[in-house]
This record gives sequence, C-alpha cells and structure tokens, in this order.
Amino acid sequence: MTATPVIEITDVSKAFKEIRAVNNLSLTIYEGEYVALLGPNGAGKTTLIEMIEGIQKPDSGTIRILGMNWKEHEHRLHQNIGLSLQETKFIDKITTKETLDLFGSFYGLSAGRTGEILELVNLTEKRNAYTVHLSGGQRQRLAIGIALLNHPKVLLLDEPTTGLDPGARREIWKILKRLRLEFNTTMILTTHYMEEAEVLCERILIMDKGQFIAAGTLAELNARHGEGDLVEITFDRNFDLTSAGLSGVKKVNWVEPHTRAQVFVDNISEVLPSIIESSRSRNVAITALNSRKMTLDDLFISMTGRHLTDS
Amino acid sequence: MKSLYQLILSVFRVFFREPAIIFWAVLFPIIMAWVLGIAFSKNGESVRTVYVTGTQPVPEKISGEKVFNDETGNPYRIKFRNASGEEALNAIRRGLIVIYVEVAGDSILYHFDPSNSDAQLTYLILDKGLHQRVADDKTSIRPLQTKGTRYIDFLVPGLIALGIMNSCVWGIGWTLIETRMKKLMRRMVATPMRKSLFLSSYIVTRIVLAGFETLLLLTFAHFYFDIGITGSVAAFVLVFLAGIFAFSGIAILMASRTSKTEVANGLVNAVTLPMMILSGIFFNYHNFPGWAISFIQALPLTLLADSLRSVFIEAAGLPEVMKAVAILGFTGLATFVAGLKIFRWY
Repeated sequence: MTATPVIEITDVSKAFKEIRAVNNLSLTIYEGEYVALLGPNGAGKTTLIEMIEGIQKPDSGTIRILGMNWKEHEHRLHQNIGLSLQETKFIDKITTKETLDLFGSFYGLSAGRTGEILELVNLTEKRNAYTVHLSGGQRQRLAIGIALLNHPKVLLLDEPTTGLDPGARREIWKILKRLRLEFNTTMILTTHYMEEAEVLCERILIMDKGQFIAAGTLAELNARHGEGDLVEITFDRNFDLTSAGLSGVKKVNWVEPHTRAQVFVDNISEVLPSIIESSRSRNVAITALNSRKMTLDDLFISMTGRHLTDS
Repeated sequence: MKSLYQLILSVFRVFFREPAIIFWAVLFPIIMAWVLGIAFSKNGESVRTVYVTGTQPVPEKISGEKVFNDETGNPYRIKFRNASGEEALNAIRRGLIVIYVEVAGDSILYHFDPSNSDAQLTYLILDKGLHQRVADDKTSIRPLQTKGTRYIDFLVPGLIALGIMNSCVWGIGWTLIETRMKKLMRRMVATPMRKSLFLSSYIVTRIVLAGFETLLLLTFAHFYFDIGITGSVAAFVLVFLAGIFAFSGIAILMASRTSKTEVANGLVNAVTLPMMILSGIFFNYHNFPGWAISFIQALPLTLLADSLRSVFIEAAGLPEVMKAVAILGFTGLATFVAGLKIFRWY
C-alpha cells in the first residue's frame, strides 16, 4: 500500500515574544490517518494546529496540505478542510439548524446537507433549539457538524472533548470513528486525554515544550518508552529505594522525597517481592501500595515528571 | 449571494428574537421624542418661588401668588414668600430659589447672579409683570405656534440622526467585537466565506433596520406632533443612506482590532458621547464658542442632523444636501477602507 501524504510539515517554528511555542517540528501525515497530538496545556498543540489551519503563520518552515499551501491556495484549502476550534460559541438566539444553514451557505451547500449533518452528529431533535440552550456536548457536536459540512478531506479538531463528561465524550468518539470508516478522512486531533488518543488514533504524538517527545502507535510507544508496569508505593519513613540495589527497576519517580514513589518496572511480579523484602529488612513499613499497567499518562510522567492534565 | 442572504437573515433573526433590542432600538427613541416633545412644547404654567425681604409689610403686588401671562406670553406663576436676608441667601446657596427681592422703602431691589440665565429670566418676568410695561410700551408678544418653529420640529430630525448613529455603532461595532470575542469570526473566516460579503451584510441590515426604526419614529411624530418632511423625500432618503454609510464605516474602523468588551465599551462611548453632546441633537450648538462651532459642524452627526433638519424644516431639496452627502459618503469610505486594512479576523 502506497500512502498519499496529506499534511507535510517541514522544520516549522513559531515563537511568541520569548516563548518558543513550536520548535522546529517536522511531520508527515498520510491519507486516512487519525493522529493525536497529546500534551499538557502550553505544550504547543494549539499553535501547531492553528498553523495547519492557516490561522497562524509559522516564523519559519513550510506546511503543505493536499499539496497546497496557505499563501497561494487559501480559498481551495478552506473548501477542503473542516475544523473545530477550542471553544467556539455560536450566535445565541440562532437555532442549530439555522447555524448549519448559515455555514453551509459559505460552502454553497443546499439545505439538504443540514439535515444530513443533523443526523450525523445526532442533533436532529435539537434542530430548532437556540444554540445558547445547547449543553456543552451538544454544542461541541454542532461544532463538529460544521466542520463536516463540506465533506472535508482533512479534519482538524482542537480539543473537541475538553470539559465534557464521559458520556458526551464517547458520543463524539462514535461520530469520529464512523467518519473514518465511511469517508477515509484524515484527522489531527489535539487532546490531553490519553484515553481519547488511544481510542481514536493509531498514531500518537506526545508534545511538550514545542517539541515531539515521543511518537508512534500506542504499542510502539509502550515498547519504546513504557512496556512495563508501575508501582506506586508509600513508606512510613524515609527510605532511599534507589540505593537498595534492586534489579528490574527502570526508573524511580519520587512524588514525595523518600516516602512516596512511582517505580517503573519491567515485570511487577519479579520486582515487587524484592521491594517488600528490602523495606522489611530496614524496618520501613509500607503504608500504601498500588500497581498496574502503564497508561499514556504514566508514560508522560515518566518522561517529563508532569501529568498530561497539568497546566 | 446565498451566503449574503443567510448572513442578513441571521442578523434579522437576532434582532426580532431579542425583545430588549426592539425596546432600545425602536421604542426608546419614540418615548424620548414623546417625553421631550411634551416637556418643551406644553403651554402649561411654569411655577417659580421668589423670596421677599426688607421692610414689612410688603406691598400687595409682591405677596401671595401672582400669575403673569399677557406680560410674558406664557403663564408664569410666581410664589412670593417673606423671609429674612439670611434665609434668602441660604435658599440661593441651596438652589431653592434663583432670585430674591428686597423692599427698601418705595424701591425694589433684585438680588441674583446675572450670569445665571434662569435667574435672568425670572428677573425679566418679575420686572415685566410688576411694572406692567406692556401697556406703556409699543411692544407686544406674538406667540409662534406654527409648524417648523417648535422645539419638537428641531428635535425629531436630531433623534433620527442619533438613531442612525446608535444603530450603526452598536449594531455593527458591538456585534463585530462580540463575534470576534466568541471566536465565531475566526471560525467563519476559516470557510470559503468572502470577507467583503460578511461586512456588507452588516451595512445592508443596518439600512433596513435603521430604516424601520426611522419610519416608526416618523409615523409617531407625524400623528402625534403633526411633523412632516417639507423638503424633498428623495433628499431625505439620500441623506439617510449617506448617514448609514458614514457610521457603518466608523463602526467597522472602531471594531477593527479589539476583542474585549471593556475596550469595546470605552470605544463606543468615545465615538458616540462627544457627538451626542456637541452635535446639537437636543440643544442648539450655536451657543458654543465660535472656534468650537466650525469643529462641531465637521462632525458626522452634526452634518447628518443639520441636513435632516434642513430637509424637514427648511424644505431643502437634493442640491442643498449634496455637499453633506458627499462628505458623509467620503467619511464612510475612508473609515471602511482603513478599518478593513487593519481588521483582525482571528
């Protein structure tokens, strides 16, 4: 299978005053790919996606979408891209249907398209409700509906589910999954929910401080950076776990110095008995213990020492 | 064309779905015309209080209540009250009275601040009334009650001009800033929508909405105060359109950068307040010093209000308003182009 590149980003940088929001990034995304940009607030996700959307101009580097660039092909790119911004508000006293009609008219679409979209994003029942009366999830579905009006080849979604409850989030995932199946759309999505990246996207790019710190499928990321288990352990007094000479420990991350730690290990069943043994021999009691498989959030913590959801 | 139609439609929908907008845009100017028209054109009695000090007992003609009518042309009821000199001074300081009369033997002394025009007026009423010079002099009063000379005739064209300004500055300026603030503008320009169409839709809607507001105010003024256009209707329509165009440009320039409501508030006030005060909407600006008048006359709202007045009262036709129309048109074009140049779409 020869994949067609849809988005080609080459050596792109963007700075705001002293802050390098995006630092010399390159990335190629192929047709039909769903890519997640994962990272905490301020990682540069929005800046990168807004440069792809043509809203911001890179200081240096080039961005090509479907073989076109923003400078020369603005109008055609607008016709081929669908996007949703972080938190768009609509005109309060205009209904869902009227909002779609308005945006549809910009693409020269007939009123019939509004009906299809209402069906697709499951808002048919809310067609005559003013946008101000929609719930957060419904409003976000409307934003995605607008993004889909023009049958976009490229879909760019900036935090489509931030602030939504799990039910509303899953409903949006369902829409996006269906889209990929039916239209082979290419999508970039920014998020700081690792679950969202896992569920929707085969390629995950983890961003921090304007750079990709890890990239790949979930399996690849785990193999390369994680693959293993995590033990969270609390001691009743100072215990320098690192000096205990344990084998099979990949990394120790102290949450509270010498009393509470996250221990990244290859295999929990091999390492845990030796941790317990060495603490007992030093008369240190374990007051809390929790072990599990690594998640992307754990992966992020192991790489940066911070949570994905930290700001 | 379809998107222009949809854009215009959404502005109308918002307008008619928001009862508060209808009240402030349509009913408020009518109420204002009604209240001010009544307050300044009613031939009712005007009541003033005057303190009397000095020799007791005071002469009969300056005690109790007296009504002067023939002497002044409008009935003034004067209430005289005996008081000490000290009391009278205090009452002036507190603003209870503007003048007091001192009886000294045969003569009457008027105490008042000559730079206070209300005190001057009261003095003249008293002087006329008490001495009944009408009979002696060869002067007399002929009250003017004909169309075109009343305060309401002056007021209504001014209110129409004010309505046009407010309609554009709020309806276009404020809405643009709000659309930018909500990131809705950013979302709209990420579609193939044409930016010129987007801005034009606002001007077209203003012509219709301000036209509707003006028509209602005119209808009310016609039936309630018997006001009509004495000049050419075509001139009126042309001046109206030039006004919309000028203030649309000003509103677009005003709204070209900011996305903060606090700044928007300040901008709207900075644009509208000086003109509302200076441009002679409620009171004639010819009382300002000479150097200020030429500046005031160059303000768009003054141009608009004066041209509308000339069409309403002085029977002006197209040739008389052409100069003002040209200046307003140019103002609109210049501000529109400048606004578009620095407009922040994202």
